[in-house]
Amino acid sequence: MAHAADIDHHDGHDADHKPPFFARWFFSTNHKDIGTLYILFAIMAGIVGGALSGLIRWELMEPGIQVFSDTGLLAQLGVFQGKHGYNAVVTAHALIMIFFMVMPAMIGGFGNWFVPIMIGAPDMAFPRMNNISFWLLVAAWIVLCVSMFVDGGPGMGFGGGWTIYPPLSTIGHKGPAMDLAILSLHLAGASSILGAINFITTIFNMRAPGMTLHRMPLFAWSVLITAFLLLLSLPVLAGAITMLLTDRNFGTHFFDPAAGGDPVMFQHLFWFFGHPEVYILILPGFGIISHIVSTFSKKPVFGYLAMAYAMVAIGFVGFVVWAHHMYTVGMSINLRAYFVAATMIIAVPTGVKIFSWIATMWGGSLDFKTPMLWAIGFIFLFTVGGVTGVVLSNAGIDYSLHDTYYVVAHFHYVLSLGAVFAIFAGFYYWFEKMWGVKYNEFLGATHFWIMFIGVNLIFFPQHFLGLQGMPRRYIDYPDAFALWNYVSSVGYMITVVGVGVFMLVLIEAAIRRRKAEANPWGEGATTLEWTLSSPPPFHQFSEPPVIKADDHH
Amino acid sequence: MTGASALAASVVFAGHALAQDLMGQPTPGAIDLQPAASELKHHAIWFHNVILLPIITAITLLVLGLLIWIVVRYNKKANPVPAKFSHNTTVEIIWTLVPVLILMVIAIFSFRLLFHYNDMPKPYMTVKATGYQWYWGYEYPDQKISEIVSLPLTKEQADAKKVPYLLAADNAMVVPVGQVVRVQVTGADVIHAFALPAFGLKTDAIPGRLNETWFKSDRTGVFYGQCSELCGVDHAAMPIEIQVVTQAQFDAWVKSKTAPPAPVAAPAEAAPAAATPAATPAAAPASAPAAAPAAPAA
Repeated sequence: MAHAADIDHHDGHDADHKPPFFARWFFSTNHKDIGTLYILFAIMAGIVGGALSGLIRWELMEPGIQVFSDTGLLAQLGVFQGKHGYNAVVTAHALIMIFFMVMPAMIGGFGNWFVPIMIGAPDMAFPRMNNISFWLLVAAWIVLCVSMFVDGGPGMGFGGGWTIYPPLSTIGHKGPAMDLAILSLHLAGASSILGAINFITTIFNMRAPGMTLHRMPLFAWSVLITAFLLLLSLPVLAGAITMLLTDRNFGTHFFDPAAGGDPVMFQHLFWFFGHPEVYILILPGFGIISHIVSTFSKKPVFGYLAMAYAMVAIGFVGFVVWAHHMYTVGMSINLRAYFVAATMIIAVPTGVKIFSWIATMWGGSLDFKTPMLWAIGFIFLFTVGGVTGVVLSNAGIDYSLHDTYYVVAHFHYVLSLGAVFAIFAGFYYWFEKMWGVKYNEFLGATHFWIMFIGVNLIFFPQHFLGLQGMPRRYIDYPDAFALWNYVSSVGYMITVVGVGVFMLVLIEAAIRRRKAEANPWGEGATTLEWTLSSPPPFHQFSEPPVIKADDHH
Repeated sequence: MTGASALAASVVFAGHALAQDLMGQPTPGAIDLQPAASELKHHAIWFHNVILLPIITAITLLVLGLLIWIVVRYNKKANPVPAKFSHNTTVEIIWTLVPVLILMVIAIFSFRLLFHYNDMPKPYMTVKATGYQWYWGYEYPDQKISEIVSLPLTKEQADAKKVPYLLAADNAMVVPVGQVVRVQVTGADVIHAFALPAFGLKTDAIPGRLNETWFKSDRTGVFYGQCSELCGVDHAAMPIEIQVVTQAQFDAWVKSKTAPPAPVAAPAEAAPAAATPAATPAAAPASAPAAAPAAPAA
């Protein structure tokens, strides 16, 4: 990978021209400030989404309906009442975690912060559009929050799942909550499309001299591929939810079988977006993990080109596997057979990535700093989530496991444990760089171990529930499922302690304010962000660095 | 804490359950697929337990083993000077091709199972299952039995009958043993999914579509499933109960459903295990449905 030991520093020269507070944070056009806003936003949304999952695990801890009962705590508070309230919470948890936590953290946060720096650019290509992207997301968030507290039809909020399948999202939820949810998705989608355009333009046009695509750091590669996935998939979602909107309000019948429409059509459109979306969530994580593994092994990334093109392959194949979410809808046998085969193929480039990370560490001199703990945790947990994905790719097995907790366990292993571990890995890796202070290693490692144990305890037993046939999105379940649901909820409590330690990390670092170094990780950290001060100057690279060919890839 | 006591009870039960899973319903604490009562599910379990599970376990353990080895051997104390290699074409080809081969092996069995599901033998009879918010309706076009509504039991009813709550219904789908039953599945309002783990079934009930699946139960008994597509408020409370009875019992049941006046006394002697005439659910002796779930466990 490109390193730039010979780059001049101009910190003194381009002395910070920071605008005053309001202009800086509300009219921000600086990629690092916008990145910071995205990360703070993601932390906030993550806490809300995590609290919602707490309600779910609290409810499912024992058979019967306790939390969401008609007389329970939530009913007394007047929020998320009854069984519909549970469905609304499940829906909101998914939407928040996907659109308002993982995507803002990875793409908006780390992407904005480090893609321009890594490619030696002074800022994003369209700084003001960058600002619009962020504030559209805030608007989307507000609309989604309003949606949770207005009439959905069966009760407050929309309770049809993040997949918003009609007819449940049309005739099943007649209230305005669903319309607001659609508007929220429209805004979040527009935000992401603008962001994607910005990243693609930046990466294609603003690389420093000598920074060829094949010398570009893998995180920049991962964000570039992610941006293409966003650009190509989100308009399909936008179309689908617009049709949903007109079906609901203007008398069209796109998805109404009584008038010649087809509900399955929506599922095809949704998953044409939805499957690339899950790669959108994880690909930037792949990039982050590559950097961390290389840095803390003091070794260059193994198989750099294979790593980059494995992500391209995953992105490409990710567009042609969508209907493996729909094996049970009654597709023709040939279609099902095709989607089985296509889905399995994704395991090959994913395997290349896993083994290349291992090979990067092989022969290295490993330093188990907090980011490395998260990265190694990621590799193992993503493997577990990946192999259960291979199981689910088989339509014949999917008939037993579709829409059960096995699927819930699978996608939480790749997302809740995969993507979130990658986010924490990146957060600790770049902590000093972003905030200009050091975190406490002991607290960071404690955070990792508690979370690692907690999330495994939550999600591993859910495989058992799924194999035994427990359907997902259930507020209540037969007594036979009690044991593993109880264990899962205990795991949640442990995870909450972990999140508490994370808060301690933030508070401790904010109080102690140990001064950051430009490069705390030493010789292994070779990308351009480590050539700048921590935090970097308000504007960096007003004279672009020159990247020379090196023998690292 | 009731949860803790439930946990303790379940742990005790779990040890027992590992040896012998219950048939037709989930087993407390069990960690595997529900046992099969149909050919398709037998094949699915074989595919999962013999092909998939060993492969994914081996891959996961391989990755875990490599990680542990790296942590032990290549930590900075054990290996202060890092190697600098970043290429090895041979291993890269190996770790690309070996997964391809493994996937091809999986695909052979996967397609065999998929086509097995698809190739329905000539059905003996058809049941049309319609999903409603929030119950199922079963219609028997061959036997000219119009739709039988299958409602969930309340907790009190289920406890009184000693049948599992959220799994047992008031009227089951009744079918004969050893016969190919075609199930046509559709939804009346929103999308539901007709699922029955012991037969390996899951088919979406979509308004405007008539989906199709099939099973051939290899034993009599009561088999439970649950709606498996989010369908609104009472999604968790629309159980699917299938009673598989002998041919004679089935014929008698059909007779009881089609004979114009349904005398209260008739079902007790005609179909002791299965029949619960829709017209007289309260009058039917409690012993008949209560006895049924106990039978399949054996």
